[in-house]
Amino acid sequence: MVESERVTEDVVRALIEPYIHVLPKRLVEEIVKRVSSYGLTIEVARKVVDRIVGEYLNSLVEPGEAVGMIASQSIGEPSTQMTLRTFHFAGVRELNVTLGLPRLLEIVDARKTVATPIMEVYLSGEYAHNRELALEVARELELTTIENVSRAITVDYIEYSIIVELDPDILENRGISPKDIIKALNRIKGKKGSIIVDNLTIIFKTGLEDAIKLKRIHDRVRSLRVKGIKGIRRAVVRYDEKINEYKIITEGSNLVAALSIEGVDHRRTITNNIYEIAEVLGIEAARAAIIREMRNVLEEQGLDVDIRHIILVADAMTLNGRIRQVGRHGVAGEKPSVLARAAFEVTVKHLVDSAVRGEVDELRGVVENVMVGSRVVPLGTGIVKLLMLYPALQSMDSVDEELSSS
Amino acid sequence: MGTRKINILEHELVPQHILLSEEESVKLLKRMGVSKRQLPWILASDPVAKALGAKPGDVIMVVRKSPTAGLAVAYRYVVRG
Repeated sequence: MVESERVTEDVVRALIEPYIHVLPKRLVEEIVKRVSSYGLTIEVARKVVDRIVGEYLNSLVEPGEAVGMIASQSIGEPSTQMTLRTFHFAGVRELNVTLGLPRLLEIVDARKTVATPIMEVYLSGEYAHNRELALEVARELELTTIENVSRAITVDYIEYSIIVELDPDILENRGISPKDIIKALNRIKGKKGSIIVDNLTIIFKTGLEDAIKLKRIHDRVRSLRVKGIKGIRRAVVRYDEKINEYKIITEGSNLVAALSIEGVDHRRTITNNIYEIAEVLGIEAARAAIIREMRNVLEEQGLDVDIRHIILVADAMTLNGRIRQVGRHGVAGEKPSVLARAAFEVTVKHLVDSAVRGEVDELRGVVENVMVGSRVVPLGTGIVKLLMLYPALQSMDSVDEELSSS
Repeated sequence: MGTRKINILEHELVPQHILLSEEESVKLLKRMGVSKRQLPWILASDPVAKALGAKPGDVIMVVRKSPTAGLAVAYRYVVRG
C-alpha cells in the first residue's frame, strides 16, 4: 500500500498482532476500532499503537504490590458508609431482602444459609410474555400444602380419621384439583388407610387405633406438599420493564428443583445463595456470583468501588475449589506467623502453644517484620532478592571495557 | 408440566470450561513457570468438572467474560474432593 493511504481496521490489526498475547482482548478491539476511525497514515497509526501498548504495560500492577491490602481498604472504607437496614426488593413491596452491610458480610463470610434467600426465576419462550403462563409456573414453584388449600382440617377421634374440608376459591386460585390432594394423601396413607371423597370434603380413614399416632398423622397431613418446590415460600410474578419479560421472584431458594421445571429459563435463573450456586453450577459460577452480588450491594448503596478489587476477593475466596470465607483472620483463617497471631489476640496463648509445637516464624509478613525491626518486608520492592553471578559480572566488565575503548 | 434434565454448562454464570490434554497442560505450566498445584483448584466433584469428565491431576482452562478485559483466560487444577 502507499504510505500516505489511510489505515483500515485490518491494517491496525496487523500492527497490534505482535502484542496480541500481552493485551486484553477488549483493549485490542478498542484500539482497532478507534485508531482506524481517525484516518491516520500508517506511520502515525504505528506510533499511536506503540504508545498505547507502552502505556498499558506501564499501568500494570508491579510484582510484589500488596494488592490484597489495597482491595481490602478499597472495599472496607466505603462499607463504613453503608446503611445497617434491610430494604425491600425493588418493585416487590412484600418481599424483604437483606441489603447493605449485613448482606456484604453474608457474602464475604460465605454463610451457608442467608437471611433472606431469594431466586430470580427467568422464563423461557412463550412463558416470558404471557402473564397467565407465568402465573402457572409460579404456582409450580410455590410450595402448597394441604393446610394452604383447606378451610378446616379436623380429627375424628372416634373413627380415627382426618377430615379435610377444601376451599374451592383457593383451589382454583392455586390451580389445584381435589385429585391432587388425593394423590398427595395416597403417598402417606399406608396399607390400612383409605380415602373417601365427598365433593369438597375428603375423609382420610387412617386405620390406626392410637390417638397419639393419629395426632402425628394430622400434623403430617397439614404440612403435606400438594404442589410446588420445597423451600419456596412464595412466588411473585413481576413484569421486568428492562427486558420486557415476565419473571418470578421467589421467597426461599431451591435452585436445582427450580431449574428443572418447564417454562423456567435454566440459562438465566439465579439465587442469592452462593453455596447453592457452587453446588449446582460449580465453583466458577460461584465466583461469578460473588462478584455479581458484591457489586450489586455496593452499587445499590451508591458506592463506587473498582470492580477489580471485588474480582480479587472473589478469586481469593474460590482459590482452592471450595468457597472460603474472608473473616477477621484474612482468607481462610490462620496466619502462618506466630508473631502476627500473637500481636492480634490472646498473645500469651499463641506464644506458648507455638513454643510447645516448635513452630518456626519465617518472618514473611508485615507485622512480624515490624516487630523484629527489620527494614525490609517481603512486599513491593522488598520482594526482590538480589543474587550476583560473578562470572557473568566479569564478562560484562570486559564488554564495558571494549565499549569504552572503542 | 413436568420436570426435565437441564444442562448446567448453558447457564450464563458458568463460563466456558475446556479440559486440557496432558501435553497442553505441560506446555502451559512451562510457559507460566509454575507447578500444577500452584494454579487455582477445582474439585473433581465440581458439577462442571464432572460434566467434562475431568480427573484429579487434569488442568481445566476457563474462558471467562471479564468486565475489564473482555475475555480472560484462567486455569484450574483438578483436585480430589
